[in-house]
Amino acid sequence: MNIKLKIWRQRNATSKGKFVEYQLNDVPAEASFLEMLDILNEQLVLKGEDPVTFDHDCREGICGACGLYINGHPHGRFKNTTTCQLHMRKFKDGDTITVEPWRSEAFPIIKDLMVDRSALDKLIQAGGYISVHTGGVPDANAIPINKHNADLAMDAASCIGCGACVAACKNGSAMLFVGAKVSQFALLPQGQVESADRVQKMVARMDALGFGSCSNTYACQAECPKGISVTNIARMNRQFLAAKIAEPIKK
Amino acid sequence: MGTKGLSSITKKLIMAITGGGLVFFLLFHGAMNVVSIFSEDGYRWICEFLGANWYAIVGTIGLAILMALHLIYAFVLSWQNFKARGRQRYAVNERPEGVSWASKNMLAIGAFILFGLVFHLIDFWSKMQLAEIKGGAPVDGIDQIKFIFANNYFSVMYLLWLVAIWFHLSHGIASVMQSIGWNNLVWQRRIEWLGKFFAAVIVMMFVSVVIYYWLIV
Amino acid sequence: MNFLDSKIPAGPLAEKWTKYKAEQKLVNPANKRKLDIIVIGTGLAGASAAASFGELGFNVKVFCIQDSPRRAHSIAAQGGINAAKNYPNDGDSVQRLFNDTIKGGDYRAREANVYRLAEVSNSIIDQCVAQGVPFARDYSGLLANRSFGGAQVSRTFYARGQTGQQLLLGAYGALSKEIEKGTVKMYPRREMMDLVVVDGRARGVIVRNLVTGELERYSAHAVVIASGGYGRVFYLSTNAMSSNGSAIWQCYKKGACMANPCFTQIHPTCIPVHGDYQSKLTLMSESLRNDGRIWVPKDAEKARLLREGKIKATDIPEDERDYYLERRYPSFGNLVPRDVASRAAKERCDAGYGVNNTGRAVYLDFKEAIQRLGKQAVEEKYGNLFEMYERIVDENPYVTPMMIYPAVHYTMGGLWVDYELQTTVKGLFAAGEVNFSDHGANRLGASALMQGLSDGYFVLPYTMQNYLADQINEKPLDENLPQFEEAELAVRQRITRILSINGDIVTDNIHRRLGRIMWEKVGMSRTEQSLKEAIEEIKALRKEFWTRVKVPNVEGMNTELEKALRVADFLEMGELIARDALMRNESCGGHFREEYQTPDGEAQRDDEHYAFVAAYEFQGVDNEPILHKEELKFENVELKQRNYK
Repeated sequence: MNIKLKIWRQRNATSKGKFVEYQLNDVPAEASFLEMLDILNEQLVLKGEDPVTFDHDCREGICGACGLYINGHPHGRFKNTTTCQLHMRKFKDGDTITVEPWRSEAFPIIKDLMVDRSALDKLIQAGGYISVHTGGVPDANAIPINKHNADLAMDAASCIGCGACVAACKNGSAMLFVGAKVSQFALLPQGQVESADRVQKMVARMDALGFGSCSNTYACQAECPKGISVTNIARMNRQFLAAKIAEPIKK
Repeated sequence: MGTKGLSSITKKLIMAITGGGLVFFLLFHGAMNVVSIFSEDGYRWICEFLGANWYAIVGTIGLAILMALHLIYAFVLSWQNFKARGRQRYAVNERPEGVSWASKNMLAIGAFILFGLVFHLIDFWSKMQLAEIKGGAPVDGIDQIKFIFANNYFSVMYLLWLVAIWFHLSHGIASVMQSIGWNNLVWQRRIEWLGKFFAAVIVMMFVSVVIYYWLIV
Repeated sequence: MNFLDSKIPAGPLAEKWTKYKAEQKLVNPANKRKLDIIVIGTGLAGASAAASFGELGFNVKVFCIQDSPRRAHSIAAQGGINAAKNYPNDGDSVQRLFNDTIKGGDYRAREANVYRLAEVSNSIIDQCVAQGVPFARDYSGLLANRSFGGAQVSRTFYARGQTGQQLLLGAYGALSKEIEKGTVKMYPRREMMDLVVVDGRARGVIVRNLVTGELERYSAHAVVIASGGYGRVFYLSTNAMSSNGSAIWQCYKKGACMANPCFTQIHPTCIPVHGDYQSKLTLMSESLRNDGRIWVPKDAEKARLLREGKIKATDIPEDERDYYLERRYPSFGNLVPRDVASRAAKERCDAGYGVNNTGRAVYLDFKEAIQRLGKQAVEEKYGNLFEMYERIVDENPYVTPMMIYPAVHYTMGGLWVDYELQTTVKGLFAAGEVNFSDHGANRLGASALMQGLSDGYFVLPYTMQNYLADQINEKPLDENLPQFEEAELAVRQRITRILSINGDIVTDNIHRRLGRIMWEKVGMSRTEQSLKEAIEEIKALRKEFWTRVKVPNVEGMNTELEKALRVADFLEMGELIARDALMRNESCGGHFREEYQTPDGEAQRDDEHYAFVAAYEFQGVDNEPILHKEELKFENVELKQRNYK
């Protein structure tokens, strides 16, 4: 199949970017979207041009490295799909495909389609964990956990940290990302020990990092490649408000 | 106001509580209006009850505070969210499935509602409670309704305004539940539909009064 | 003293680790603060080690190649993690996990290391549960287990099909906690370029900042390499795109021995190859073999029709299907170890029974499982894998059987380490897939996660102290020492040389061709001739690389340069793998030499001559390395022909 690509090119964080058009012919329909970009890059390198830079790694939808804004959607318009899992057979011969980087104040562009998502790491560092040390923990079966809650925790924990929720949100909000992490631990007895502290610290960090706030459009849920539910945000809100009243921490 | 010190979730909570309060006010207001269709005397009694009495004035001030907070935080949050979105916008944007139009345009719809509210207050409140507070005599409620909705232009504008209110509430009510944390996987769908239904009930009460006095009386 | 001193503690097997811990040297808390440790890589081994060092009070500097430590390829492990908990009461024990691992590795692993691995396996599960890893549970609220290849007990803990992800996020959480505390400093988007050795000890690294393109120097009292395996020497593999062997290779060139490089694992359940442009292969968890049945048509003519797309898999009636694993290995059936399953698939395809348009695929069928358990139960267990398959192949596995074919997945070989996980360079430690130690010639399913976390949480935090106890008087090194200068200069020259070639072939092209040589000649089955050919072809390809590769010369971020630097190393590594495979005149585990097989086609070990670890010492790129042998002594298990029949 033949396609036309409109790709955002930007040399580095400070330079001004622009769209550049590329015509790409004979793209195999079985190729993944990233393999299509590989083909383009191979041609660019041979022509002596700078290839298109984008983040990618596992190419099986779990590492969360890839993330392109394709035709108006993070990871393209298909549900529960990461960019690397998007195949060219989903496009039509002659299509024009617009590829943009994640755009959000918290995700500055590094080069072309590659953005800096370290703000997500900083969010986790604020408290997205259970503060146990290695060793000295009870037997794994010492605390039975309701299967239903364990399953919900797993749903929340399946976040791959790609940042599509932030990219999709008109407010550049990371509430789904934080809500999922807060929920995972709030649903588990091990996590409840420090849940009041955790939610307050993570929300404070989220605000400090310049993410927007939630206006409940649920675009994050619609675009999340792992289908993480916004009810996790509701759980976080609940946790946060209860913590603010019952167990507030000093700033 | 010290909005800097409040967390994003607290600000959302303020939006939710003030918005929820306003929804209850609308419910009350709508029910009151419907009375006018069935009993002109009953409606006049309500107007008198909500005149320049201390409790009605306290209620009005409370309402004004709810409204003001809802407005202020709407603008504060929208401004912060606008900044968080970054300077560079997407060239192509498509609303994904499962995202309502209203949810993405709450500020614009809200601004339109505010615009309508100014006229509404001039049309009714300034001639009723406000006039009484100033020491004058309030106009008769039923007469005023008949006067306003006898006018085609006013009636159409009011209906448009009510449609905007429906859109705002269709997202707003469920959104309140989400923001205060009363949402979960089982109730999510139900809350969304209940929100839309509740919004429809409220708006229909107002619409029925407009239609009744415009086309029937 | 032998060049390779494995430092295995004396005493009975079951008491070695306890004894070691009781007698080792420790570093007191005040001194820990003065000691720096560099960790390269943030997968299960790297992240867990770095977090544990931080908790102990050391100053830790961690480097990862991706934008975030959470992206490390451990995240892609699907099936599960083994432990000898014996929760299902089906007869498991530390001893049995040890036996299975030694046997699964075809008796080419060190007893003491494997026993320690089995011993700490239970603590890993406890640790992960305490971290909030949402393992699967029964309705009782207790942990669920599944069975895995190479074992007759159910000892695998899992979190849907995303166990690696959940364990890595647990370790990433622990790491994040230490970063927040300030004990660990994280350096993302940095790639190790060289090891700095001062007075015979590893004392620092040169890294390339992938964003700016600048070279940076970091010093420390010890260096841990946990950068994963080198499977991408085969180009197509289940490894991530940035997985590479360069950190290992730099250490090898600086004096660390490379052990058993030819032991690479071919995973039996991957999605078959579909085209030339393909960048990687996708693994389907081996856990699928618990309920899926593997077959090809009994009739080669039917297989041909399938290949030509004239009939469908579902057209083949039950009695015309050859469930070849169940036929050949009645007691283990579809759950034979990976190497056995992979070779059996290749054998059927080579004999003309393969399906898919390439003829390089066999079926993995869930019809029986769906009938037995119901679609919902199957979906609950494997739903995400089925989805993944459908997305790639565009076929619904609930209706038509999946197609699978083996692909390179894991490298058992790696840097030679002693019992303390220290390489032949003092102060240089290797953890996780980087080292060779625990899996012998073949790794059992769900053991990689176990080993990575064992090394990081429970082994290195002890053994590292034994080394560092002697280093407390060493001041942090000046990064301007001549050794740092020299190392950085050498890296700079290498980069300049690659950029100046400005040839006419892209890096991927050469990498793809290297992969083809490796897969065809150094792959699932090898012969003396194929290996000799491979060595020559790799040498020629290496020459081609250094004269014809084209890498754009751009400032800052240069992803093509990153690839080229890694491929340059693979082009040397491939040769060593072939040399090792050629040296090892036997078949064992993942290493199958066609000349050495039993009459019914099973791997034929030669315990008399080859029960050793082959550790190579670098002598220059174009010179043959020196082979050192570490004899493997088996005092607690009886060496048997592996038999899964």
